[in-house]
Amino acid sequence: MSKPKHPRTPQVPGRTPRGVVLATLAVGVGLPLVLFAAILVLSPVTKPAMLGLFLQRALGALGVPVEPASWSPTLQYLLYGVSVLILAFVLINFGAIISGMTVWWEMRVSSRMQSRVGYNRVGAGGFFQWVADAVKLLLKEDLVPAEADQLLFKAAPYFVLTGFALTFVALPFGESLIAADINVGIFYLISVTALVVVGILLAGWSSNSKWALFGGMRSAAQVVSYEIPAGVAIFIPVLMAGSLSMQEIIRQQGAWPWQWFAFTNPAALVAFVVFFISQLAEGNRTPFDLPEAESELVAGYLSEYSSFRFALYFLVEFGNLWVMAAVATTLFLGGWQVPFVSQEAYAAARGPAGALPGAAWWGLQILSMAVFALKTLAVLNFIVWIRWTLPRIRVDQMMNLCWKYLVPIAFAAFIFTLGWQIAVTRLPGLGAATGVTLFAGFLVMAVFFLRLTFRNLSAVGDHVDLTNW
Amino acid sequence: MEKLILRRVDRNNEEMVLNFGPQHPSTHGVINFIVETDGEVLKKAIPDVGYLHRSIEKIGEAVGYPGFMPYTDRVDYVAAMFANEGYATAVEKLLKVQPPPRAQWLRAISCELVRIASHLISVGTMAMDIGAFTPMLHGIRERETINDLIEELCGARLTYNYHRIGGVAYDMPERWRDKVLHFLDHFDRFLEEFDRLISFNEIYVRRLANVAVITREQAIAYGLSGPNLRGSGVDFDVRRDFPYGAYPEFKFAVPVGHGFKGCSGDCFDRYYLRCLEMGESSKIVRQALNSMPDGEFMAKVPRNIKPEAGEAISRVESARGEMAYYVVSDGTNKAYRVRVRTGSFMAMGVIEDVSPGLMIGDLVALIASLDVVAPEIDR
Repeated sequence: MSKPKHPRTPQVPGRTPRGVVLATLAVGVGLPLVLFAAILVLSPVTKPAMLGLFLQRALGALGVPVEPASWSPTLQYLLYGVSVLILAFVLINFGAIISGMTVWWEMRVSSRMQSRVGYNRVGAGGFFQWVADAVKLLLKEDLVPAEADQLLFKAAPYFVLTGFALTFVALPFGESLIAADINVGIFYLISVTALVVVGILLAGWSSNSKWALFGGMRSAAQVVSYEIPAGVAIFIPVLMAGSLSMQEIIRQQGAWPWQWFAFTNPAALVAFVVFFISQLAEGNRTPFDLPEAESELVAGYLSEYSSFRFALYFLVEFGNLWVMAAVATTLFLGGWQVPFVSQEAYAAARGPAGALPGAAWWGLQILSMAVFALKTLAVLNFIVWIRWTLPRIRVDQMMNLCWKYLVPIAFAAFIFTLGWQIAVTRLPGLGAATGVTLFAGFLVMAVFFLRLTFRNLSAVGDHVDLTNW
Repeated sequence: MEKLILRRVDRNNEEMVLNFGPQHPSTHGVINFIVETDGEVLKKAIPDVGYLHRSIEKIGEAVGYPGFMPYTDRVDYVAAMFANEGYATAVEKLLKVQPPPRAQWLRAISCELVRIASHLISVGTMAMDIGAFTPMLHGIRERETINDLIEELCGARLTYNYHRIGGVAYDMPERWRDKVLHFLDHFDRFLEEFDRLISFNEIYVRRLANVAVITREQAIAYGLSGPNLRGSGVDFDVRRDFPYGAYPEFKFAVPVGHGFKGCSGDCFDRYYLRCLEMGESSKIVRQALNSMPDGEFMAKVPRNIKPEAGEAISRVESARGEMAYYVVSDGTNKAYRVRVRTGSFMAMGVIEDVSPGLMIGDLVALIASLDVVAPEIDR
């Protein structure tokens, strides 16, 4: 008699079906590519000077002769308005989708750090989990507590979303790829991000829950406080560039690391650290996640939110990572500057004004966009690492850190930079020499850090294993 | 009851009364703290226990002596082995039975493994309550291995029901000894890694050092025991001072908090003591495995246990402090009275006294550092 066959417990298939992998790749790679392509085409085109010309060419190629330049001004404004709306739609979608993908990335990275499996159910590598989560949240009941302030409770998420979406107006993506290169760009960015705290405060107050109130108050105190060191730290690249415009700040930096603002001025390196810490605090990221500290305040200002409203907060929280990283890249890390491509190269490829730019120019734009996106993603990844490494600081420590350390340090760096700028004009080689020195120092530190990491790994008999993603 | 507690809160318009629980992520079970706060600063936190009361002591009077053993698992389900051991020892004293040496060794090994598992949860949740999620899961990973080992030993992963009156239920399986030793080799290195991961993290130390200090006098007055007592600088360990089972045969240190980073009796001392104790437990398990005597693992115990009328008390050093079983027999096959003394319940008392002036984040650290487990408080 043979042994009875036991039914095997259903197991996770070792290999993801090929169709799922293809679909995941198509969406995971294709969707960002489509969005980047849309931004690439739309953001230079939606300028009044280019729009008519572009339409004329594009529709002319399709056999529809139009000449927007000869239209009435009202019609031209209307056309411009429509094009801007389309760009705005694309940018908001970019923010939302990047936010979802950041969630996936964060969860995968954290699961690697915590030696667990992590997302692996929906799609290859669990990639579609963020879509599934969003759908689930949309299907949930939209619950408003009976005692809550109905109007404010419902309005609060939109403040947050607006504050987030508006940042994309002045956020650069490449050399000419920006929705609007406002001459007070960075100032505008700081101002609109302040809207987020209004939403959080409203959420905390209107929920009529003590936990939410605590969260809202903590958030208000934290974000408002940290805007000061962040603002002062932003002064430093502004001083060095002589402009508030995002694109101009990038143009004043070089492509190589030793030409970045972070390295060409010792005070700017300090300012970068101050700015980065303040950004973490403003984005409510660990170690400053006090407003939604799970172990202390249940979920902070989010406690009473569910469904779509919760999804909005979630979207903004993770979408903000891209914004934080992009601003840091712009101010301190050389933005979209591509090595070996000077400003003149862009102008030369652009060709004469009044005509559509040539293929070479578009190629350069793609390059600059790729550089910017890569730098931003690297900073974003660093923020994710920090979140899953550090514990949370206490409320009073958070305040101490801001007012006793970051603010004075930022001011000292600011005053140092005032002198530094004079010194740099007198001694032209100073900036370059500092850049090379500081960057070399940075490299040495990176090598030491890696050596320590490997030593710690081998001390527990572990090894680097990048398989099993 | 509710009114009774609220009367202790003196309320004016400046303060807010907050129910910190019963469902709250950091109450480690179902506990309520009635918290009186002025903004972030606590005026007082009053523990309100009893949400998880299951009358386990009363059940002990209703079921026979051996039948009560599975219930003891539920006294502290994070470290069930100690409750097994305490009860078994108490009834053995009533019966005047001595478990054979091999059983005592197995008890020590299983208990020390469970102590490691329990402390891993404790230090992990401590880190999680302070906001670092990663150490928790690294601890859980190690605990998982211990669960596997214990499962091989007794077939259960959480509520073990392993100890018996007069011995233990099963002998250790083949090659189990090698597996445990292999795990311990890994675990000793893990402890160093854990220190690098979180223990000496600057933010972590600043969150815990000099926070919620329980003085030596307070600790003794409130009857704290185990790591909570030793964290306040009192050198007391039941395993060493009132030796039971196989413990006199083992050499181990009893770490005492002397202010590792702050002052004696702060949260960091209580936390770090547990890390050190895990290392000591590992040493004990090694010694026990290397000196394991042969022979029976179960004494001759009558099938129908009917101790003579009398009373017995047993003290064991549980992961959460001293656990004592007081069993009274009236000569029948059911106990007349079973009483359990647990570390967590004692630890709850001190919170109200220590809480004034703490911040909400500190209260979380205090609860976590006392390592209270709700079922052990209420039973």
